[in-house]
Amino acid sequence: MPAKSARRRHNCCTNSQQQDDCCTNLALLQKIAFGFSQVQFPVTESAQALHAICAQCPKSRQQAYGTRCSPHSEVFRVTQPAPNFDELLTESGVPRHSALSECLAALSADVLAERQKLAEEELLEKGITFAVYGHDAGTEKIWPFDVVPRPIPAQEWQQIETGLKQRIKALNLFLDDVYNEGRILRDGVVPEALIRTAKTFRPECVGFRPPGGVWTHVTGTDLVRHHDGTLYVLEDNLRCPSGVSYVLENREIMKRVLPEVFEGSVIAPIDDYPERLLEKLLSTAPPEAEHPTAVVLTPGIYNSAYFEHSFLAQQMGIELVTGPDLFVDRNDTVWMKTTRGPRRVDVIYRRIDDDFLDPEVFRPDSMLGVPGLMRAFRAGRVTLANAPGTGVADDKAVYQYVPDIIRYYLSEDPILNNVPTYLCSDPKQCGWVLENLSSLVVKPTNESGGYGILMGPVASQEERDRCAESIRRDPRNYIAQPMLTLSTVPTVINGRLAPRHVDLRPFILFGEQTFVLPGGLTRVALREGSMIVNSSQGGGSKDTWVLLQN
Amino acid sequence: MLCRVADSLFWMSRYLERAENQARFIDVTSSIALGYRGSEQALWSSLLHAGGDVEAFLQRYAAPTRENIINFLLFDRRNLNSVISCLTAARENARSVREALTAPLWEAVNRFYLRVRTDTTQQPQILKQPHQFLERIKRSAHQVLGVREATWSHGDAWHFSTLGYQLERADKTSRILDVRYFLLLPVMNTGSEQLDVVQWAALLESTGALQMYRRTWGPIQPNRVLDFLVLNPAFPRSLRFCIQATETALRSISGNTSTEPQNEAESLVAEMSRRLATLTAEEIVSTGLHPFIDQFQTTLNQIGAAISTAYFQIPTPE
Repeated sequence: MPAKSARRRHNCCTNSQQQDDCCTNLALLQKIAFGFSQVQFPVTESAQALHAICAQCPKSRQQAYGTRCSPHSEVFRVTQPAPNFDELLTESGVPRHSALSECLAALSADVLAERQKLAEEELLEKGITFAVYGHDAGTEKIWPFDVVPRPIPAQEWQQIETGLKQRIKALNLFLDDVYNEGRILRDGVVPEALIRTAKTFRPECVGFRPPGGVWTHVTGTDLVRHHDGTLYVLEDNLRCPSGVSYVLENREIMKRVLPEVFEGSVIAPIDDYPERLLEKLLSTAPPEAEHPTAVVLTPGIYNSAYFEHSFLAQQMGIELVTGPDLFVDRNDTVWMKTTRGPRRVDVIYRRIDDDFLDPEVFRPDSMLGVPGLMRAFRAGRVTLANAPGTGVADDKAVYQYVPDIIRYYLSEDPILNNVPTYLCSDPKQCGWVLENLSSLVVKPTNESGGYGILMGPVASQEERDRCAESIRRDPRNYIAQPMLTLSTVPTVINGRLAPRHVDLRPFILFGEQTFVLPGGLTRVALREGSMIVNSSQGGGSKDTWVLLQN
Repeated sequence: MLCRVADSLFWMSRYLERAENQARFIDVTSSIALGYRGSEQALWSSLLHAGGDVEAFLQRYAAPTRENIINFLLFDRRNLNSVISCLTAARENARSVREALTAPLWEAVNRFYLRVRTDTTQQPQILKQPHQFLERIKRSAHQVLGVREATWSHGDAWHFSTLGYQLERADKTSRILDVRYFLLLPVMNTGSEQLDVVQWAALLESTGALQMYRRTWGPIQPNRVLDFLVLNPAFPRSLRFCIQATETALRSISGNTSTEPQNEAESLVAEMSRRLATLTAEEIVSTGLHPFIDQFQTTLNQIGAAISTAYFQIPTPE
């Protein structure tokens, strides 16, 4: 109730552009930039009381009556000197989404810190954790969650959604082509050598066509916004992208710990994801299966994304299996071992990398996979989601060709931007990269999780030298891109708000009816100035709001 | 249901039940040790005997003092039967099958573990004054049982969990009965007419049975105590009750509605169930309680192995 009355007041002030409107904005901005230190914003205050508060604070009064906009942005830039794009505030310091900003402004530092703590307790009790490799087996870390949501306006989201659908459709056509006719290679749009040398190209998939032409059932595309406001696709993640469980849990936690910030916002719901995923899995079952059974295949409880595997199985109401729970018989049929005897499995949402999937075909030392699984897959007796071999389309060197791939198959211009990319496999580009290492980001073409990346501008000379050496040794394995400045969102740091860099990973379920989960996972680099958002390297996450109505 | 999942549910439940029993045993022992006139050391050592942990204890501790024993039974991670070890194992099993549990049930188990883990920072105080801590353990255990009852479909998963709970409960009641009875016997055999009511009451309390015993029998008499803990068909920790519940769960899993058992586990349980339904306390005493319990525990082990063969260990067909 109090929050509601407070909002009514703000709306009214905003419309009439009264003086206290100015105070409101100022208070908010100071909160965001300085972490509330100046003006605390009581929720139930009347307009008169607000004036009184502003009057007590000479500094705010002075600024409030000074130039209306520029001081705000300067205040903001105190903590963020580089050119910056903030997802919550415009450059002039005006909230992009007033209802959300006002709700946040109405919370005191103590309350916000307390809610942050509440969220963490909830995460702990619910066991929402991830494992970090390189630590002791079984080391679980609480998923770091920040209570300030990241808003996306409806109009912009529509653009993103259309762009993602276009991109995923083209990439699936590409995969089908590359493993079959190879038209795009013959036509010279994508160099054949690049595909042949990709470690993720699976000769075992040549000549194969998955049901419905769906290679990538689930995609988690990484998007980033540069400081000029432009969105770019950073990576396509067509293999086993993770994070969707955190999207769903973040929303749940938000509703429980900060219900008041939802006031005045209409947000696209996300709860139907498990339902959609199950539909997608069942609809791509081998045609012979009348009542298909789907399972989630996990490497086990020590895998970094185990929580997600078990969460999705639970939400879809299907079994979570490990390799040893399955076997393949002589007729290339896959079964799981149940207390009532073997039961047929038709669709496997596998969260195990290609390399470990089937020791008969890939790594023979894999204890995680199922011997004979590729036989069953190739015989069309089981559907693997995603299909093996999709990695060739998210190889970072193939990435550069995605705009051409879209034009080639769809005769459309790409809607989403690609980051300019330099291939070290090309001697000319390689030479340029080596000369400009200090201004570039260098990435191995076949890694994920942020491992092996060199951030030229912040790396030491020694790190750059080591990187140059690696590039010379194996140029095919590296690409370079200009360093982007990721946009920021205010984030609770030590009980105060401070801008932190974020990216965005929307999730796409591809098929006849492609579904894009509104929003996606917003990852945030919790260290000041850092752009590394991976949870394995000190990243956290936020709830992402697609605003249907501002 | 997956064999692996059934196996984990079974063990999750066993470990949860074991942790609760451990807490109750320590609590009751602490209580009767106050003002105890016999050997306090013998009293505490009886807990080690009850858990079958004497050797493991002696390998690590110099003397069976009260604090050493409580520490060993509550916090020693090298003791696989300590409360902290049991809860770690229960939680690990639960985590590996959390998709088969309801969210509230998983959270109850997780919370149980987290609370005890947090409490371990208070170890020195708890060793001196364990009651509040033990009370919290019992309450958390009961919460898990309540959530399990109220939120989880009583299907296969629930039945496998029931098997774990009931077999563990039967095992623990029989063990505590064995060692405490042994401690009480010398007093009986000296012909002292004065019955040590306090000790007999404590034996009942170890299984949380005192109040229910009183309502059933009134005054405490050794044979009736024995009858209550072994043969009573209604008290949820009596051997007979646990075996009957095991039988029901096994038959629900196999869907067996006939009178004939369908597998080795069912046949072992049916035989034990028949036996407990016809025995009397006097008969048990005349042939000796200890041999009776020895045989009972051997059968429990056989039942456990037979369940594993029938449901958990299905080999990969060629």
